[in-house]
Amino acid sequence: MSDAIRVRGLVKRYGELAAVDGVDFSVPSGQVFAFLGPNGAGKTTTVEILEGLRRRTDGEVSVLGLDPWSQGRELHQQIGVIPQEFRFFEKTRPAEAIRYYGVLFGTHPDPTEMLARVKLSDKAEANFDTLSGGQKQKLGLALALVSEPKVLFLDEPTTGLDPSARRGIWEVIRNLRSEGRTVFLTTHYLEEAELLADQVAIIHHGKIIAEGTSSDIITAHGRPERLRVDGPPSLADYLRSNLQVPVTTDRGTLEIELRTPHDALRVLTAIEESGIPWKDFGTVHDTLEDVFIQMVGQMDEGEVAARRSP
Amino acid sequence: MNPRRVAADFGVFSRGYLRNPFGLFFSLIFPLILIGIFGLIYSNSAAPTITVYAENLDHQSNASVAFLAALNGTGAVTVQVIDPSVVGNFSQWLGQNGDPAGLVIPAGFGAAYANKTPLNVTVFVNPEDQLSSGVTEGSVQGVANAFNLRAAGGRPFIGVHANGLGSTLFNNIDYLIPGLIGFTIVTSPMFAMVEISSTYKKERLFRQLSLTPLTKGEWLLSKILFYIALTFVSAAMMIGFGTVVFHAHVTLNIAVLPFLFVGPLFFVSLGMLAGSVAKTPESAGVIGNIITFPMMFLSGTFFPVSSFSPALKTFAHILPLFYVIDGMNQVLLFGNLGRAAVDLAIVFVGASLLFVAAIVAFKWRDE
Repeated sequence: MSDAIRVRGLVKRYGELAAVDGVDFSVPSGQVFAFLGPNGAGKTTTVEILEGLRRRTDGEVSVLGLDPWSQGRELHQQIGVIPQEFRFFEKTRPAEAIRYYGVLFGTHPDPTEMLARVKLSDKAEANFDTLSGGQKQKLGLALALVSEPKVLFLDEPTTGLDPSARRGIWEVIRNLRSEGRTVFLTTHYLEEAELLADQVAIIHHGKIIAEGTSSDIITAHGRPERLRVDGPPSLADYLRSNLQVPVTTDRGTLEIELRTPHDALRVLTAIEESGIPWKDFGTVHDTLEDVFIQMVGQMDEGEVAARRSP
Repeated sequence: MNPRRVAADFGVFSRGYLRNPFGLFFSLIFPLILIGIFGLIYSNSAAPTITVYAENLDHQSNASVAFLAALNGTGAVTVQVIDPSVVGNFSQWLGQNGDPAGLVIPAGFGAAYANKTPLNVTVFVNPEDQLSSGVTEGSVQGVANAFNLRAAGGRPFIGVHANGLGSTLFNNIDYLIPGLIGFTIVTSPMFAMVEISSTYKKERLFRQLSLTPLTKGEWLLSKILFYIALTFVSAAMMIGFGTVVFHAHVTLNIAVLPFLFVGPLFFVSLGMLAGSVAKTPESAGVIGNIITFPMMFLSGTFFPVSSFSPALKTFAHILPLFYVIDGMNQVLLFGNLGRAAVDLAIVFVGASLLFVAAIVAFKWRDE
């Protein structure tokens, strides 16, 4: 499978500040790639460089084999972009907007079909300034699809939308993937990335700090699976002394780390043998969000500590 | 340059514009309201009547009565004779009366006329009201000259036939129409383009457009074409309204069309340039006002440049709108196509330079 996007040693500086500081990643064709990071991490700068909207300071970037800055006009015929909070001409209507984009791109889209594709048929003749946030994003998606792009860049497409509108956008993204398009998605919603993305990269302070599938990242950077049980502190002491396993407690809930599949049975047997009262047990896994918060938090704490030390 | 893309952008922009009642009002209706207001003002001043209060101290001699009758007969003033015993101090009475054009015929006027001995009549005028002062003084002087000539036994052999410049005698409303067409040419594109360029930048609409095959030049050209079309509609409405309602004299000449093309080209480009250099929509509005307001008032839109002081006249000649309005005046009123061609050339060269500067200055995308 060829790479639709290839980034090597990407750097973008604003004066002394390196917003993107030596980033490498690749996005295979036909995949959904989620690019995650806290605010100010360098996500939007990276995306805008890939889209050809911003000039890079250093490094190599190729999208569909083209340099986004110097070959932008050629590239823009083959990509679709939905920026954060898609805006359009206030008094233009969705069906008109699709016809307009069709003329600009030299395609002949059917507005009815395009709007049905993004579930916006009922607003075909409404002025843009009367659409809700989710409806505007859907129109943005429809316009991004007018050129039948091979790669779509979706920059936080569901930010600020209600759950129903978000799920509507997710469905469209899944359909795009099934059509064989490459989707580059930035989002604040880790659940969204975990649900939709084949590959994930996390950027923080301009550097990639984790990359792979969601489960790869969770396995590599998350905590092991845990058994969770409600019980008193004496139960935690009993398990620590009898099983030599790490146990954490928080307001009457114990979490016991499971290093092997057999550990669950051992722990449950020990709990039963302890004679100490307990209730409600289950296993818990780290989610991508847990890992993200943990990694970003650890890095920020490390930086604060480093700044404090003489 | 792809004509289909320009046409598509023109279509989307014009439909959006037509759906915005505020834009339509200020582009098409507001100039008509201005014509209506100024038309009503000017229609009342079309036949100015200046009342001259006369105090005849010559005890109603034949010569003094004939003098006042001749003054009244000029048509420029209306003479109202005042009884000296009633008004007391004449100059003070004139000041209190609030309409201080007055004439005093001294005692002995008839005898002096018969004996051909020098004697002065006294004219009172309000120096702040230059129009009525000039008319009063001129009328009295004209009648005095006629009396002097007659007393000397001469007869007038040079007459005066009054006529206006151009093909007909013009009213103020006639001059206002080219001025207000110029007003529309500058205000609609300038305010709109300054606002559009700064708002599109803030709302990232230029970036959105940069991701399509539309070029900056195509986008700007479609705006220029739209404002040319709007100027044509607006000019036709103003000429029609002024002609039908206020009987304005306008000589329709095909030579006015280049001004309706080049004027919007100039001001769309200037508005785009101003909006491009502004950091925020607020500062863009300030820049737009700084550029637009002096032009609106000092280019001959509402007041003729010929009435300005020499310094203001010089300033008016560096304002591009002056050449647009002057050119249209030359075509629509005076039929002076030679001077109109010079005006047009000046505007065209400026518009071409501004178009290129606007294309260079406004950015689709960031560095």
